[in-house]
Amino acid sequence: MSTIQPIAGDAGEHPDLALVERVRAGDLAAYDTLVRKYERQIFRIAQHITQNREDAEDVMQDAFLKAYEKLDQFQGNAKFYTWLVRIAVNESLMRLRKRRTSKTVSMDEDLVTEEGSVPRDFADWAPNPEQNYDTSELSDILRRTINGLPRGFRVVFVLRDVENLSTEETAEALGLSVPAVKSRLLRARLQLRERLSRYFRAGAKPAPLPQKSAASPAERRG
Amino acid sequence: MTCTEFLAMLDDVIDEQIAQETRAEIEIHIKKCEHCEVVFNTTRKTIEIYRSHEVYELPTDLRERLHTAIMDRCAKKKKPCC
Repeated sequence: MSTIQPIAGDAGEHPDLALVERVRAGDLAAYDTLVRKYERQIFRIAQHITQNREDAEDVMQDAFLKAYEKLDQFQGNAKFYTWLVRIAVNESLMRLRKRRTSKTVSMDEDLVTEEGSVPRDFADWAPNPEQNYDTSELSDILRRTINGLPRGFRVVFVLRDVENLSTEETAEALGLSVPAVKSRLLRARLQLRERLSRYFRAGAKPAPLPQKSAASPAERRG
Repeated sequence: MTCTEFLAMLDDVIDEQIAQETRAEIEIHIKKCEHCEVVFNTTRKTIEIYRSHEVYELPTDLRERLHTAIMDRCAKKKKPCC
């Protein structure tokens, strides 16, 4: 009677593993479920690394296709998601190499580890400073600020703090050691804080004024 | 505790991976040191803001288009088992 799939195995096995097994047995619908579960995250990660929307679209497709093709190589000792992120990170780097026609595109590019390792700005922020900006202004600030970080810091911050991977999973997905992830995470967090302080410090931006009638560029002189 | 020692533990403090005894020391330091208090609060806020505002959204129509493309391409491949 009952054909309900068990949610997890006896040993608290991750529910993705059951889906992976079904895909391996030829069930494409199970893969559909996995793709739907992680496609937004993979797209975001790819866009953070490539900083280009079209590249992120291609990476997302190629990563899921590659994961499907290589599913027999997936070992159940890692999470499926971590394994997938690693594929997406590699696909993103490959895409950058193609675009730049330069030989060296890596996670270590532009890493100046001393920079930003010590806080300099000690101004306190306004309470709920993000509310002083409308949604598109805030997105713009956040995007520009994170894009200013070296790729190797940016991707660690994104995986660890935005996508909520553990330190160990982040290390695994990026092929880095745990101490390297920790050191990059601290610097990424401090550099972002320092850069955001410009916008969020108390008095940085007065409370929003009533909307002016659309100011035309022609009003500006000189 | 010095500011340098505090900074070295900042990530663990933020991620709440600090032993009870150290936590007490940290709280004492933060109460005395305004700079470290600001760094702690604003770093935590930085993470919170990035976590709650998606910098790159995947619009529903694009998501559906990409999803269909992925599944179509997978369907054309042979199944991944041996």
